[in-house]
Order: sequence, then C-alpha cells, then structure tokens
Amino acid sequence: MKNLLKGLAAVASLSVIIPVANASDAAPLGLAASKPITSAEITGSVPEKLNVSKANVFNRLLKKVKDPNAAPADDGIHDRANEATFALQPPKVAYEGLPTTEFGNHVDWVKALDDGLLDPRYDRADPEVEPFVMDLDIVRPVSASVPDVVFPHKPHTQWLHCSNCHPKIFVPQRLANTINMSAIILGKKCGVCHGKVSFPPNTKTCKICHSKPKPAGWKPPLSQATVKNPWR
Amino acid sequence: MGAKVKRTSMWKFALLGVLGWVSVFLMPQQAEAEYADVIINNYADAAGMRPVVFPHWYHRIRFRCKVCHADLGFKFKAGGNKITMAKIIDGKFCGACHNGEISWSVENCGMCHSGIPGTPTHISGSTVQRLVAPAYKSLPQ
Repeated sequence: MKNLLKGLAAVASLSVIIPVANASDAAPLGLAASKPITSAEITGSVPEKLNVSKANVFNRLLKKVKDPNAAPADDGIHDRANEATFALQPPKVAYEGLPTTEFGNHVDWVKALDDGLLDPRYDRADPEVEPFVMDLDIVRPVSASVPDVVFPHKPHTQWLHCSNCHPKIFVPQRLANTINMSAIILGKKCGVCHGKVSFPPNTKTCKICHSKPKPAGWKPPLSQATVKNPWR
Repeated sequence: MGAKVKRTSMWKFALLGVLGWVSVFLMPQQAEAEYADVIINNYADAAGMRPVVFPHWYHRIRFRCKVCHADLGFKFKAGGNKITMAKIIDGKFCGACHNGEISWSVENCGMCHSGIPGTPTHISGSTVQRLVAPAYKSLPQ
C-alpha cells in the first residue's frame, strides 16, 4: 500500500506544483520567491518555450482524428439540437466484431463479407437473391516503377452490378481506359468510389491495388524526348 | 525531492495527480464525421429544414451498393440526384425503402434531416473534399 502511495505521489509530482519546501532549491536560479514555482520552471524549459512561435509545433498540419468513429451526436455534422440525432445508431456499436483497417471507416468491408460476418441484401425487398459474381482478375501494367495493378472483379461484383461501371466509367475494352493516380484523387475512374466510400488512395493502401511485382528484367521506360522534340 | 513531502500531504498530491490524469482522458476529443457520410443540402436550408445526413456505412451493412446505385438509380455524386420529398413520397430514391414497409416512413423527419443548418453538400472525408476542392463554406469543427 505504501509503495502504491509513493508511486501515485511520483505521478502527481509530474503534473502539480512543487511544494514550497523546495523554494530554497530554486533560489540559486534567481527566481522570485513570491512567485509560485513549478517543476518546469526549475528545469528551465518553460521560459524558453514561451518565446517560441507556435507555428513551429511538430506536425502542425497533420491533425490526427482521435475519435474516427464518433457517435452521431459528437461527429461534428449532426445537430445536437435535433432530438432524433440521439436515436441514430452509433457506428462503433455496428462495427463490433468486424475486421478493422487503418483507413476509411476503419472496417474491412470486403473481408467482413467474405467471412460471412455481413449479409447485405442484393435486392431491395428479397433477401434470398444471390449476387452475380464474376471472378476475373485484370492485370494493368503500370509505366512507373511501382508494382503493376491487379483489378479483381470478384470483390467488386459482390457489391456492385456490371452497369455501375460499364460502359460509362470503364470502357469494357483492352487499352481503352487511361487511368492515373491524379484522376483517381480527382474522383474519376476508380476514384468514383475509392476515396469517397471504398478504401481511399493513400500511403497505407497503395499495395492493395499495386500488388503484382514487375516482371523480371523490367527497366524504367526511357524518355521519348529527342533533340527535335525535347517536349515530346 | 519526494522525501521532503510530508506524509499527510502525500494523499493530496496523489489525489491531484489522479485527477489530472482523469481530466486528460475526459477532455473533448477532436471528432470527425464518419467516412463517406453524405450531407445533402440541395433544398433543405432554403426550405427551413436541417440538411440531410446519409450514413453510407449503415446502409452498406444492410444492402449491397448495387441496390441503390443500379436498381434505384442513385448517381455516384453527392447532391447529384436532386431528391425532393415529393419524389420520396412517390416511391423514388429513398422512398423505395423508406415507405413504412422495408424501413420506417417519411414521418420521422429528424432521422434524416439531422445535419447542422448551413452545412454545404459534400461527402465526408473524401479525397476530393480534403485535397482538391474543399467545401465552399467552412465546415463546423
């Protein structure tokens, strides 16, 4: 019990004002005795920091969301003055037991469906309708040095219908679709869903699509610029 | 240093410390709307209603994308469907299910019209929203 108490006191001394009994320790540092003396002042860390601009804070623009699956009333878009806001289901309650990820909703929806944890309807009214699933992988060679893209039709047809993508977003023809990351981030091509609802394109998700290693002996393409046409 | 603290005052410091740590965890944390929540404010503000918040995650647990985006004709665009209450009561868009048979009906206004007034139409957490074209009006923090 005494050890526990000492431990707590040690924790307390980190955050609270050091008692006046230590004022004599502080005197050689030239601090006025009348001021309340903090442990930070004794070590001299605070007066230095006070003069430093707040713009120098580490990771100033990298704001981390501490509560990514907040309840509707606390998520910043639902009106707390609306009574029904409190009747809505909080996401965390629904996500319990589902496989997690580090991005998007923090739920691995495809895995949850594969594992049979979810059973979403394929038809509006009839829960018995089975989805029309097509298992066809499309390999898309990438001109940059990142691994090639493998597009699996299977997880897409489990959720979607052919007409969602073909022929409007993706022309169902070889070499007819030009896709690049800029277009995806701008919400075109794959970005119609990826980056809005399905997993977003970010540094944690590159390898989900770029999953096929370059063939042996692959070299980066040489520039097509010539003396006559330096800008191609 | 600790040795100089009287035993009688130790309890006070221990209590203060514990309270300090508890208060850190009770601080209001920065929250963000769920990824892919759609805020639809085409007509709501002008009609004196709260904007609609559509929880994508709630619906995708119960239905596959195909049901709404292929069968019911919802376009892949926040605010791009020009949904009105007349169309919903007519059985189109949300009204295909929110009709009192598959799901609750339109008399529960506040269940959908639950957004903070003045929030612009956007899809929460999207790359376009975050990196390319942030909502034209600052979102409430």
